[in-house]
This record gives sequence, C-alpha cells and structure tokens, in this order.
Amino acid sequence: MDIPIPVTLPNNLTICKMSAESKHITPYRLYAVVLVVLLFLTTITIIAATLDAGAFGVTLALVIASVKVILVLIYFMHLKFDHLIFKIFAAMVFFLLALVIAITFIDYLYR
Amino acid sequence: MSNSIPHNSYLDPQGNRKGILGWLLTTDHKRIGILYLICIMIFFLVGAILGGFMRLELAKPGQQIMEAQTYNGLFTVHGIIMIFMVVIPGLSAVFGNFFLPIMIGAKDVSFPKLNLLSWYIYVLGSIVAILSQFSGDGPPDTGWTFYAPYSMETTTNVIMAVVAAFILGFSSILTGLNFIVTIHRLRAKGMTWFKMPLFPWSLYATAWIQVLATPIVGITLLMVIAERTLRIGFFDPTLGGDPILFQHLFWIYSHPAVYIMILPAMGVITEIIPTFCQRKVFGYQAIVLSSLAIAGVGYLVWGHHMFTSGMSDLSRLVFSLLTFIVAIPSAIKVFNWIATMYKGSIEIRTPFLYTLSFIFQFMIGGLTGLVLGSLATDVHVHDTYFVVAHFHYIVFGGMGFAFFAAIHYWYPKMFGRMYNEKLGNIAWAILFSGFTLLYFPMFVLGMRGMPRRYFDYLPEYSTGHLISSIGAAVLIFGIFLMVYNLFRGLKTGAIAPANPWKGRTLEWTIASPPPLENFDEEPVIDAGPYDYE
Amino acid sequence: MDNQTSAITEHRDDTGAKLGMWIFIFTELLLFGGLFLVYAVFRAKYSQDFHIAAFQLNVFMGALNTAILLISSMTVAMSVTAIQKNDKRLALLLLSITLALAGAFLFNKYLEWGGKIHHQLYPGSDVVMSLKHGQILFFGLYYFMTGLHALHIVIGMILLMYIAYSVAKGKTNQSNYVLLENGGLYWHLVDLIWIFLFPLLYLIT
Repeated sequence: MDIPIPVTLPNNLTICKMSAESKHITPYRLYAVVLVVLLFLTTITIIAATLDAGAFGVTLALVIASVKVILVLIYFMHLKFDHLIFKIFAAMVFFLLALVIAITFIDYLYR
Repeated sequence: MSNSIPHNSYLDPQGNRKGILGWLLTTDHKRIGILYLICIMIFFLVGAILGGFMRLELAKPGQQIMEAQTYNGLFTVHGIIMIFMVVIPGLSAVFGNFFLPIMIGAKDVSFPKLNLLSWYIYVLGSIVAILSQFSGDGPPDTGWTFYAPYSMETTTNVIMAVVAAFILGFSSILTGLNFIVTIHRLRAKGMTWFKMPLFPWSLYATAWIQVLATPIVGITLLMVIAERTLRIGFFDPTLGGDPILFQHLFWIYSHPAVYIMILPAMGVITEIIPTFCQRKVFGYQAIVLSSLAIAGVGYLVWGHHMFTSGMSDLSRLVFSLLTFIVAIPSAIKVFNWIATMYKGSIEIRTPFLYTLSFIFQFMIGGLTGLVLGSLATDVHVHDTYFVVAHFHYIVFGGMGFAFFAAIHYWYPKMFGRMYNEKLGNIAWAILFSGFTLLYFPMFVLGMRGMPRRYFDYLPEYSTGHLISSIGAAVLIFGIFLMVYNLFRGLKTGAIAPANPWKGRTLEWTIASPPPLENFDEEPVIDAGPYDYE
Repeated sequence: MDNQTSAITEHRDDTGAKLGMWIFIFTELLLFGGLFLVYAVFRAKYSQDFHIAAFQLNVFMGALNTAILLISSMTVAMSVTAIQKNDKRLALLLLSITLALAGAFLFNKYLEWGGKIHHQLYPGSDVVMSLKHGQILFFGLYYFMTGLHALHIVIGMILLMYIAYSVAKGKTNQSNYVLLENGGLYWHLVDLIWIFLFPLLYLIT
C-alpha cells in the first residue's frame, strides 16, 4: 500500500497505465480556457445587472449562473470524464432541488 | 459466553485490543451494529417508560402525577428520543450495519472508519439531547417538531435540543452515504442489482432519502438557532419571517424521515416471509421498484402535514393527490407479502408472528393515513388523537414490530444462540394485545374530538383514555418480557446452527455467529436470492 | 478455519471514494438548497425591499471575490493534472496558490462584513430593526448565507492544507491521488455555491 515517492521516470505514461481508474488527464490549457469563459460570463452578468431589465434581468442572471455551474461541474469537477452514474446522480440532485422549490411555490404563488 | 462455539467469531477478542476497547475502537461492521443495538435498546426503553408516564397522567381526567408544563416537556423528549434516536437510526444502523455487507457478500462496508465515526456522532448527539433536559431553563416544550414561532418564543432549552437533532442528522447522513457506496461497489461477484436480496434494496432506497432529505432539516435547525441567538429573521413574523415556511422546510425532511423508518422495516418483512413460507418471494421486481417509488414520491408529499396551516388551496390539492399516489407502492408490497404466503409451507415462529402483526398494523396505519390525506376528512381529525394513533400504528406497529421481528429472526445469527421460543410467543401475544389496547382507542378518541398534546381532557373521553392507559401497562410488560427472553438466551440459550430457519440469503451460509471477515472465501452468486424449491 | 486474526485489510477503491465524496457534495448542495428555497420565497414576497437593501452591498467586492474563487477553482483542478503528470512541485505550488486565494477571499469578506457592521448593518441592530420587513430578511439572509459559505471556505482550507501535507510527504502521488481529487471536488462545491450567491445577493439592485 505505502508506495514510496515515485522515482521520476523518463516516460510518465507507463505509470499512468498502472493506476487502475480515472486515468484521464485534463490538459492545463483546457482549465485555463474554462476559466476565461467563466470570467467572461461573470462580466456579462455584472453588465447586464446595471441595465435595469426587471424580471428579465433576474432570469438572465440565473441562466448565466446555471451555465457557469454546469461548466464547473463538467470540466473542473471532471463529470465529463467520469462514470455515467456520477452524471445521473448529479442531474438527479439538481432536478430534485428544482422540483422541491417548484412544489413549494405552488403554495406561495396561489395563496 | 462464546467459549462453547468452536470457530473464530466476531465476538471473540480480536488483535491486541481486549475487552471494551476492542469494541469502542472497532471498525467491524458487525460490532458497530451491536454498539448501535445497545444504545437504541436503552433509548427505546427510556422512551417507552416516558410514554408510560404520559399514559399514567392521562389515565383519569385532571392532574394525576405531574404539572402541565412537565407534561409538555415529557411529550417533547419522548418524541425526540423515539424519532431521532430510536426509529430513524433503528433498523438501518443496527441490522443494516450488521447484515448489509453479509447479504451482499462483502467483508465490510466501504468506509469502516467513517462507520465508527457515525456511531460516535450518534452518541454525541444523544448526549446533547439528554443534556438538553437538565440544563438551561428547563426541558424544551415545543414537541419534536420545533414549530415556529413558538420555538422562537419559548424560554426553554430549545437550542440544545435542536443542536442534538442536527448532530444526529449528521450521523444518519454518514450511514446513508456509506451504504450507498457499499452497495454500488462491494457486491459479490455475480450479484447483479436484480439478484440482490430485498433488505439491501430497501436500505439502498432509504440511504438515498437519508442523504438527500436530512440536509434540509439540518439547515432549518441552523436557521432556528440563528434566529434565536442572532435575531436573524426567517420564521418569526415580527421580523417579517414566515412560520409556514418553517413547516415546509421541516416536513421536506420529516416526511421522508417516516420512510427512512418504514422502508427498512418493509425490507425486513420481505426477508422473513419467504424464509418462513419456504417460498420464493412473489414479484421481486415489483417490490424493488415500489421501494424506489416510495423513496421518490415520498420526498414530495410533505405538505400533507400542513393541510390546515394556511397553505394555498391548489397546493393542498397537489399534496393530497401525491399522498394518494404514494399509497400505491405501499399497497403493492402488502399484496406481494400476502401472495408470497399463498400455498407456502408456513411455519409460525416468533419472527413470523411479529411479521404478521406488522402487516395487520401497517395496513390499519396506512389506511387511516388516507383518511388524513384526504382534505375534507383531515379537517375533522387533524391534530387529534386520530393522528397520534395513525402515527403510532405506522411507526411502532410498523417499524417497531419489524424491529422486533428482525431481532428474533437474526438473533441466532448475531449471537450464536437461540432464545426461548415459547416465551417469545407469549411476549409477542402480550405485546400485540397491549399495542392494540393502547392505540386503537385513540382512533375513536380522535374521531370524537380529543386533541393531541393535551395534558387534561373532558370526562366524556375518560373511558377511551383508561383503556389506553391499561394497554400501555400491558405493552410495557410485554416489552420487558421480550427483552428478558433475549437476554436470557445470550447465556442459557441452545447453540444455534448456521441456518436455523432454512433461509436462502447469504447470511445463512456462514457460521453463527459470523466469523471476523464474514466469508472464508469470497462468495460467487449465480442465482436469485429466494430460490426455494 | 485458516482464518488469520489479522485486521481486516481495506482494499483501495478510488471510484468508491469518489462516489462517497460526490454523495457528500450532494448533501452540501441540499443544505444550501434549503437556504435558496428560503431566499426564493422571501424574494418573491418582498422583491422591492430586496432590491433596495441590495444597494448596500458592494458589487465590486462581490465580483472580486467571484474572480478569486473561480481562479482558485482552476488552480486546484490543475494541481490534479500536475500530480497525474508526477510534477509534485507544481502540484504543491498550485495548492499553495489556491490556499492564498482562499485567504484573500476571506480577507475581502472580513472587510465587507466589517464595513457593514461599522455602519450598524447587522442582524438585530437598531438600524436594521428599523427597516422594513423585507430588508431585515435580506440582511439576515446575506449574513447567514455568506457566513455559512465562509465557514465552508475555512473547512475547505483545512482540508487542502492536509492534502498539501500529504502531497509533500509523498502519500498522495501519481499512483494514488484520490485524496487530492476529492479535496478538489469539495473546493469546487464552494465555488458552485458562490456562483449562485453572487448574482442573487449582489446583482439584484
């Protein structure tokens, strides 16, 4: 179990094959690109908030936030490269939360 | 106690940690199950005795043995102990821990250390709950539901009780998490999802509720604490808050919590019936799917606790409809159980007696649930003894009796000895009659308008209350007789064979009590779990 | 019975460990989900008051903290790549940057809260209590949500420090890095929640 500090090998790939699971290596570049997109979306949402758009503004802010969250889930949190079951569970949890909020609002909107 | 048992069982001292430390520092799922069993049994007896005091007070109209305020504290602590410390962990923490890994052919759960940590968190939460009774300005008097705004106003020690419920919830989450990962990752070779026994299936559905519902009550309780200590407005109308929102949040957890209690109970019953009928379970897949459906739909019916709280009419309709829908999978299970018995070679032993009374009581509890789930009838019986009776028929007559069935069913496996069968039967008969005497009159009292949580009542209710109190005495005697029989069996019972009931699931293929690592060689599964010929 | 009395050997299951972490993250999401539900209800009820109260929040500070958290989320994700490529020094460096950014986030939060408390804008203060109901609720939610989030930042920092120690010791390495992955997942969760908190609290003016 206790593997000593690995010796640096000329070819790293040989060891990678040994580790049984989650051997997908995301390149640094992809993370950087995702970050740029996230910061860009943040800027848009701030600018959009200064234009007084009323109810539409809230919707836009929530849509942008959801896109950002999905990006973080897919790339930063590796969902894209993980087992299908992780994706299903994550989707299920967000769906459940949305459903609970919707059902609660059946009360508040029609009182 | 186990010197006459030849093999190396989990009960024997292991490694270099002898005696009590070998138990307190164990990561063995079987020992952790026993640790839970000891705690839960103690808390159950305490809770039952507290309930007995309530019945003593209510035996006759007028004040008998306590002040009204004491009575308020008593029903609160009875609820907190029984709900958060007994029935929610109950079956999954005791029998789930002990038998889930064995039934799926694993050596242990996925995270054994986390499993021990869950137990310690449970103990910590229980200690805080007990301390809340003896510190601050008197025991909490809100009932176990902590309804706002009263929970914001009362000067009693609500915060500590709320903290205790929060900690206990954390323990429940960690157990659920552990079970989900265990079932996903550690099933034996060949055990596909649809070859898994039905008790693990019910634990799987339960674990998802534990994981997905408990955080909601966690945050709600934190909000109560913040509101009481920092005057952050959430639920207090004087700060603009909404007391009905508290009820929403509380029941988003606490209704699914009822399924945390009853789903594993259904799982236990589904294990016992095929064994004592020597017959393959009827409609395996229907039972699996109904477990998942109960978990799923059961998450969305919380509003039926709030029909008279001032919700919108539309949401009352929606919640009533969803409540009726969730009754369907429960009924499917009942039909499956009965159909499994049909033409089986039934052997009536103590576990089977508890199982039969479970089905009887669960049906009464479930059908009266529909009375409460219909908008019109609920207006008449809400907040009366009808609710109390319905609730106890489900939670005690259902989950409690399933727990008794489980302990009698798996006792030989867990301890390697048998209890006295005749005494077991007698204790069951006393328990069943005591239960019926105690709770059935409450339906009648409720229909006639006796409100719940009242310390005193009008003389016209006195007959029902007297019968109920007599039932409580009978019931408590039955409980002690049952516990005595189980304890006596530990010392003097006959040595149990590996498979006393001719069961077919994996736990019956190994020695009694199970060896340390459960299986000498890893089992390979090539058939369904209930293939009786 | 050739059963040795050895302790039960825990076999390693990285996917299981990750599944466990994900389930824990789900519980955290629902914990905050309850708060978002409360927010949604009160906002629907008092949208005008929320609108007014939100003017008191500093959009620049919020945006800065958003950027800080997003960058820290990237660095922690990159540290996984670094350890997969067996670049221990880079992994440690990226973890340290993450921790420094987390510290900066908390410092900003301190300035923000400090400023508000200085202006008597805290729950239960005379100033807040004299406001309209919706505004009282807004400030309550603001403190409670950002406070709970900050608590998670602190927990995440402790976790990442422990992981950095484990990387430095070589226990977390190229062939066994699930601990780092899980720590990263937790850190991304903190980011996820902030992504929703920022527009809901700061951008509704």
